[in-house]
Amino acid sequence: MSADDLAQSTDTAGAAAGAHTVNLGMPVVIGERHGMFGATAGQDTTGYGGLVVPIVLPGASERPYGGWFDACVDDLARALQERGTAYAEAVDKVVVDRGELTVFVVREHLPVVAQALRDEAALRFEMCLGVSGVHYLGDTDNELHAVYHFLSITNGNKRIRVEVTCPDADPHIPSIVATYPANTWQERETFDMFGIIFDGHPALTRILMPDDWPGHPQRKDYPLGGIPVEYKGATVPPADERRAFN
Amino acid sequence: MAADQGPDMAYASADHTATGGAEEFLDSPVFTVSGAGDWDDLVDEATSLHEERIVVNMGPQHPSTHGVLRLILELDGETVTETRAGIGYLHTGIEKNMEYRSWVQGVTFCTRMDYLTPMFQETAYCLAIEKLLGVTDDIPDRASVIRVLMMELTRISSHLVCIGTGGMEMGATTVMTIGFRERERVFQIIEMITGLRMNNAYIRPGGVAQDLPHGAIDKIRELVPEIRAGIRELELLVNENPIVKGRMVGVGHLDLAGCMALGITGPVLRSASLPHDLRKATPYCGYETYDFDVITRDSADAYGRLRIRLDEMYQSLRIVLQCADRLEASVGEPVMIADQKIAWPAQLAIGSDGMGNSLDHIRTIMGESMEDLIHHFKLVTEGFRVPAGQVYVAVESAKGELGCHLVSDGGTRPYRAHFRDPSFNNLQATSIMCEGGQVADVIVAVASIDPVMGGVDR
Repeated sequence: MSADDLAQSTDTAGAAAGAHTVNLGMPVVIGERHGMFGATAGQDTTGYGGLVVPIVLPGASERPYGGWFDACVDDLARALQERGTAYAEAVDKVVVDRGELTVFVVREHLPVVAQALRDEAALRFEMCLGVSGVHYLGDTDNELHAVYHFLSITNGNKRIRVEVTCPDADPHIPSIVATYPANTWQERETFDMFGIIFDGHPALTRILMPDDWPGHPQRKDYPLGGIPVEYKGATVPPADERRAFN
Repeated sequence: MAADQGPDMAYASADHTATGGAEEFLDSPVFTVSGAGDWDDLVDEATSLHEERIVVNMGPQHPSTHGVLRLILELDGETVTETRAGIGYLHTGIEKNMEYRSWVQGVTFCTRMDYLTPMFQETAYCLAIEKLLGVTDDIPDRASVIRVLMMELTRISSHLVCIGTGGMEMGATTVMTIGFRERERVFQIIEMITGLRMNNAYIRPGGVAQDLPHGAIDKIRELVPEIRAGIRELELLVNENPIVKGRMVGVGHLDLAGCMALGITGPVLRSASLPHDLRKATPYCGYETYDFDVITRDSADAYGRLRIRLDEMYQSLRIVLQCADRLEASVGEPVMIADQKIAWPAQLAIGSDGMGNSLDHIRTIMGESMEDLIHHFKLVTEGFRVPAGQVYVAVESAKGELGCHLVSDGGTRPYRAHFRDPSFNNLQATSIMCEGGQVADVIVAVASIDPVMGGVDR
């Protein structure tokens, strides 16, 4: 593959990213935080007004990403091209934040991305350190995020994070157990805690909660639970019913 | 004869009466206690495989399964043909609870995950918060040195428990008593510095909770030779012990390819000859400035892991002494970040009532500065805010890579805190290590993984 081809594929990456309605360089608002204190920008600080602050996560980064990140993303693009998948289709966006590289992968293409990360000599992320979920209630149609961490011991202990999203209404993400057997229990745990169904997992059952447990406890709409505790005549409510300063 | 025939005759006649009363149903299947005969086929098939094939639940209350690990073994005589690990019996929802507490309070939760390695969870969690805050470079050197000191002491105590309980499970109670005796010495140091033996909540975002008390360095210098002598005693007892070698050599084999595929880290990975140690690979807390070796072996079995742990304890003692030198040279330097928005304002000292107190600080907030009082109150009850984003920080725990994935939404609490516990991942290797071996080898193989269910289930 020539450099021109690669440049072209990178161009199409930009075009397709636009089609995915990703604002390059713009932070992503994924919800609102409600609380009593902590207002900035001249807002009411008494708490009586009711604090409302948007939750803003770092948005897609623009090149250059810095350090080895550019080369790594280029290698990934080349590896995907060799495997018959266009980089622009597979990768939604790349976020570089706090010195960590996060690649947002469209869920259908996760298995081929995992294959490329493991098998491509220039990438060689041979260690998958598991998957965990994050439930962004306010991220409409992308509420559930599965976050994978990979480590390349061969290529100088580099780390990369792969993030895959799926909607609450259709919580399916392909399993990568075939490529990374280390993920067997991790995917079971994420299913158990978030209800993300990893299609193709050999035995996707609950692992930490009892088999007949209803619901998925780590979801944000799942209550913490707890009972009020009496202490010296006063009553301390459970943690999720206490006055919150968040 | 008549007496023998009596009952048979009685049944036969009863049968006859029953069918005789419903002759129109004779064509339909007859259901007896053994069914229509097909259950017999199933039973015959099962017994024809092997008459000794049984399924045994080992645990969750078995004393040699390290807490509440449940192993489901399918046995053919003494041979294990299939192993499954059942976990979750100690799931306490720590990660969920952390979402309802301030960032600082989270330390008291994560320290309880793997209760044999509390300092590693605390450090990973605090390093992750500091990375989210962007203050990694502002942590005082003395705080980092104390963190390293505490982590290495914890590594020794964790390895001692692993070797001690592993020995006890094989029937070697002296190994256990020596292991726990030396662990007590380590705990004397940890207790002197943090006030607690376990669940310390000593390492805090921005530094550590307290500076070392007077006499701590002397205590370390006094006890390190004793601990070293104890480890030496343990070594002399087990290293060339024919029973230990007979039980452990070649048991729980897992080669490098298996380790990589299953994401195994820590002593198990190093026993397959890969010198992967995050302290050297991606140093944190200034580990690159310490002098120590990464121990590897190439036997890939339980015995190799035992020897690795023994050798690693010597390396940890080396680091502990280097920490002691540095701490002596940096007496009086801060142990908490200078940023008053993060650091709690008072350094406590033990008062006459035996409780932690700071009279100077009380004089300031009660007598001189109401703003200081408000600030202190807000910082403790409300906590500091962490800019939105996510980080992943990994440290080399006694058991392998302990990762902390933190997500912040910009508030005073973690939006999500996930710990990648090394034992959770390493336990996946139970099946591949045990299948095809003997029942007794299962105990040794599991002990060589060194799982702690508090960390596995969280």
